[in-house]
Amino acid sequence: MAIWDYANPTRFLKLVQVVLPWLIGLCVITFAAGLYMSFFVAPEDYQQGDTVRIMYIHVPAAWLSMMCYSIMALSSLGTLVWKHPLADVSAKSAAPIGAAFTFMALVTGSLWGKPMWGTYWVWDARLTSVLVLFIMYLGLMTLWRTMEDPIKAGKAAAVLTLVGALNLPIIKFSVDWWNTLHQPASVIRMDGPTIHPDILWPLLVMALGFTLLFFVLHLMAMRNEILRRRVRALRLRAASAAQPGTAAATAQPAE
Amino acid sequence: MSSWAAVLFRRDLRLSVRVGGSALVGVLFFLAVVTVIPFGVGPDLNLLSRIGPAILWIGALLATLLGLDRLFQADREDGTLDLMLMAGRPLELLVLIKCLAHWVATGLPLVIAAPLLGIFLNLDPVATGSVTLTLLVGTPALTLIGAIGAALTVSLRRGGLLLAVLVIPLAIPVLIFGVSAADAAIHDPVPFLTPFLILCSLSLIAAVIGPLAAAAALRFAGD
Repeated sequence: MAIWDYANPTRFLKLVQVVLPWLIGLCVITFAAGLYMSFFVAPEDYQQGDTVRIMYIHVPAAWLSMMCYSIMALSSLGTLVWKHPLADVSAKSAAPIGAAFTFMALVTGSLWGKPMWGTYWVWDARLTSVLVLFIMYLGLMTLWRTMEDPIKAGKAAAVLTLVGALNLPIIKFSVDWWNTLHQPASVIRMDGPTIHPDILWPLLVMALGFTLLFFVLHLMAMRNEILRRRVRALRLRAASAAQPGTAAATAQPAE
Repeated sequence: MSSWAAVLFRRDLRLSVRVGGSALVGVLFFLAVVTVIPFGVGPDLNLLSRIGPAILWIGALLATLLGLDRLFQADREDGTLDLMLMAGRPLELLVLIKCLAHWVATGLPLVIAAPLLGIFLNLDPVATGSVTLTLLVGTPALTLIGAIGAALTVSLRRGGLLLAVLVIPLAIPVLIFGVSAADAAIHDPVPFLTPFLILCSLSLIAAVIGPLAAAAALRFAGD
């Protein structure tokens, strides 16, 4: 299996070194094209005017907030089931990026909501579930920060990520239920009219750009995390060499 | 129930009701939360009776979260948890029994106290009955979901706060359906049985996911 070839962190770092410049270049080109299209080519909405352009940031960010959690769930499966040594590095590096995209989706959404709905925040089903997702990201990041041993923290976070992945559909369903119970259909729905190609194309290009950006940031964060663990292992080794009486530092599998 | 399970259940129950245990602190906290709400929203009895079920549910959620950090921690401190891990019994079942004992010691008193606190909140008999019934069905789910958080934070010294942050998002569905079922019995925009049965199913799902995930987390924390 190809993924097992990169269980060796050194080999993985070599791959990152080769792939990353190309990925960055592609990402920059896609963003340039996407931003140009969404700001100059795409028409104004006949009702919303220029504010519709927030959508080109908002919708891709919202997509990525979910994709990022899926990647974290897959990585957690890799940690717990296949014990892939880079899986928890991947999950740990993805969490802050996912939280950032979720935050971006929330902020742009509320900036869009102010002129359109007249308020920054409504307890709409979608907004509420994204907020819950944001809290879960922050909780996972905190769990990682509170445990000193990265391997143990990775396993604990993997359990929580998988429980969250099972729970997210239930949360989404129950928030929908709660919302229809309390305030039926007060919010404009996107899925009413079909999206015109003039708007759809910039949106798709921007979505591709955001996805590439995610992979660039994710690979960079994984590389940094591997290096950080190596530094930690070296420090532990140096400390135990300086004081031979104390217990020898345990080697970390993902160094 | 096989004999070791019964022994474990009785042991946990005894430990939590005797000196040093914290079984009844949860009820006191519940009382304190419900007492403090009218100071926040005002003494209007109509308003209180309208939001009464929600207050009772939020109070029960907070009281459950408060007691959860001791679920595995006390056993870890005196080494019992390591013995349990090495005993060769199915850890999932062990966690389930510990949760059951914990619920009987901390969750059941909340359910019993709910009708009394309903009087403070001007709830009519139907509302009181429905809130008590939903709490009876729903609080086990809170304990079982909370067991995951308790197992994850068992090795941390100050895990209680983190536990609450981790568990609250997962407990949102239980809260939603608990409150909607209680509300449905009073105002009936929907039939009572629909949200109530969903609440039952959430408890059953939690009875599967909770022990499985908590046992996995305990195993990883142990080695």
